This record gives sequence, C-alpha cells and structure tokens, in this order.
Amino acid sequence: MKQRLEYLKETPSQTAGPYVHIGLAPGDAGFQIYNQELGRDIAGPNAKGERIRVEGLVIDGTGSPIKDVLLEVWQANAHGVHAHPEHPGDVEEDFRGWGRVITDFETGEWGFDTIKPGATPGRNGATQAPHINLWIVARGINLGLNTRLYFDDEESANAADPVINTIEWQRRRQTLIATRSVRDGIPVYRFDIRIQGEDETVFFDI
Amino acid sequence: MKKPAEFYQRDRRWHPPAYARDYKTSVARSPQYAAISLENTLSEITGPVFGHGDIDPIDNDLLSNFAEAGQSPIGERIIVHGRVLDENARPVPNTLVEIWQANASGRYRHKKDTYLGALDPNFGGCGRTLTDENGYYFFRTVKPGAYPWRNWVNDWRPAHIHFSIFGTGFAQRLITQLYFEGDPLIAKCPIVNTIPDPAAIEQLIAVLDMNATIPLDTIAYKFDIVLRGRRSTLFENRLEGN
Repeated sequence: MKQRLEYLKETPSQTAGPYVHIGLAPGDAGFQIYNQELGRDIAGPNAKGERIRVEGLVIDGTGSPIKDVLLEVWQANAHGVHAHPEHPGDVEEDFRGWGRVITDFETGEWGFDTIKPGATPGRNGATQAPHINLWIVARGINLGLNTRLYFDDEESANAADPVINTIEWQRRRQTLIATRSVRDGIPVYRFDIRIQGEDETVFFDI
Repeated sequence: MKKPAEFYQRDRRWHPPAYARDYKTSVARSPQYAAISLENTLSEITGPVFGHGDIDPIDNDLLSNFAEAGQSPIGERIIVHGRVLDENARPVPNTLVEIWQANASGRYRHKKDTYLGALDPNFGGCGRTLTDENGYYFFRTVKPGAYPWRNWVNDWRPAHIHFSIFGTGFAQRLITQLYFEGDPLIAKCPIVNTIPDPAAIEQLIAVLDMNATIPLDTIAYKFDIVLRGRRSTLFENRLEGN
C-alpha cells in the first residue's frame, strides 16, 4: 500500500442547454424576475478609454449561425487592470470588466458595448496585447469554450503577444483578430466565432 | 495582496468530450481541432467579483421569487443545499451560484419552450445566491419534472437543475446539471452519458438528505460542487517577474 492523494475531482460539466437564458438572462427568456440582471454593463459609466462595440456571429459546422448561445466577457480596463483583488492596480468605480450577452433568436447576431482594454501583464515579465477573454456556452456545447479576441489595429502588440505566438499556424492566428470599422462615429469590431469547419476559431485549454 | 497562483490543469477526460455522437446537437457544435494549451495568465486567474449588492435575499427562494403573494408553485417542495469547494477541498466563499430549471410538469418558462406540460403562474424557474464564508449555499424550489426532447424520437431528460458557478478566476467558470438520486432516466440520458466515467456521473447526482429536511414542510437534497483547485504558493509559479 502507498499513501493516497486527497484531492477532489472537479465537478464535470454539462451543456447549458437551450434555456440557459432563464437562469442567466431571464429577461431574454421572456420574463422579469430579478431587480437587476447581471452582466448587462461591462465597463460602467466611469471607465476611461475608447468606447467600442464588439459584434459577431457564432457559426456551427454546417456554416449556420447558432441562435441559442450565451457568451461571457472578461477583460481589463484601458490601463490593463482587471477588477479583481489579485491584480495589482485600481479600476474605475463600477468598472467590472465582465458581462454576458446572448445571440439573437432570429439572426444569431450578438454584440456588446465596452471600452477597449489596455495591454496586460503576461507570464515571466512579458506583455500581452490588448484582448478580451470570451467563454461560450450553448446547447450542444458540453464544456464551455474559451477563446480570446484581439484587435486588428494592434498589429505590433499582436505580433509580440506570447499567447498568439503559441499558435503554430499563422492562418489560425487570424481567427482571433477582430476587424475594426466605424459606424455612426463608434468603432465597431467584428468577431465571428466558428465553432467547427473551415477557419475554425482557436479555442484554448486554460 | 494574495500572490497570483495558477489553477490545476483541467482533467479533460473527466469532462464530456466536445463531440458526443449520441448527443446529436454536439456533432456540428464541437471543435475539431485540439484546443491550444495555455498556461494561466492574470487574464485567466482573475474573474468577476460579486457582492450582496448584486442580488436580493429572495433570489434563492424559487418557492416565492415569482409567486403571487400568499401562493406557491405546485410540486414537491425541496431544499437543495451544499458547499462549493475546490480540488484542495477548501471552501469557495462569496461565489455566485445561479440555477434554472423546469417546473414540476417539466415545462420551462421560456419563449422557445413549447412542451404541452403546463406553465405554473407561480413559478419562474431561476434563482441565485452567494456562498457564505464556508462555501455553503442553499435554494428552496420544487422538484422539476422530466420532459421529452428531440434527440432520438423518444428521449426524456431526467429531472435536473442547471447550475452556473463562478469561483474566483475565469478559468474556474463552470456550468453543469444536478440530477436526483434514484431517477431511472439518468442512466438512459444521452446528455448525462456524454460523461465517459461513471464515477464522474455520480458526482452530479444529488443525494436525499433527511437531516436537512424541514419536517412536515420541505424535503432536502445535498449537492456539493467542486471547482478547479489552485497551486500552492509554497513554490514560485513564475507567473510574473523572473
């Protein structure tokens, strides 16, 4: 006999199912129950930095938009600080850097308003290019998918980003780069997520 | 300030694979390339922090949070309670737990659910709470009904409650489902059976807890949740600096 390790096992994941909205965004399921739904305002009114919009589709292996996805967003503020006690530095009052959005039931389009994050500290003294962490759950997704959104107007920062450079294939790196345009004076970044098939988005095992 | 520490690697063989043939919806929604392994950075070790200002005390009581005054939803009154722990068996305090479920007739309050089971005017079907300093949480609700779904023609979901849990870092984010001890539909369910290891499935089966019932009032089930653990800071993880 030998000694035993006493670690517990992580609770296994199950799909969020088609009715994830009831729990995480009940207004979108069609009823009002909470005084406030969480995650509707990512940056808050006091955040410094450039106000941006991010939009896209989530596309399945048949090339069709998925219309029952919930996405969660996690990002730093414009100075590259996350609203968390273990990240040194301060964030603006009411800046949470977290939010959630759903894909439209008819079109599959999703979108959120936020501020463009700053560069953040990486491992071993490196710097990470500005990015937004995304977590994707839906019916048919058995374990939430993690990816990152980078910005196409950060070319030199992206080229030096240690995470992007982990990806062996240049072509696949492009799946993480959102493309900027301007609509009604507001910068809009387009970020389509391809779950499967040609130009499948890079997902991370974090 | 606590020194940032990495989470243990997720055991992907314990979780369901992305592609599970018998759960048909997963077929076109499963990435085919391998995920890129990423050592944690601050972006994954941190995550949203919630407080009591974000929720209301009634939010964890599904027996009353949508009911007309003086009325109750129809169904078996249950308490679901337990602790949120990490893989080191340490409690995860002050973390947000959100749940959603069908009512006692297996019908969801959702504009896309058309099942002929009746809606209950006194049941919304969602709740949320923060764990206390010991990682403990509880909800009051009704036991959800089984319902049919179109996978194979005659598939029925076992009674279940969906759980969403945050932890302290975005890398711990988890959604899962609670099942009830003794339900014969568990073994037949293609979604349950996306999980390869029977011992992992058992981790999702809540157990009748007679010591936590309220006699003559509400029966109880215990459901503990385990999130990813973190490395000790005994040895430097070299996250930052040299």
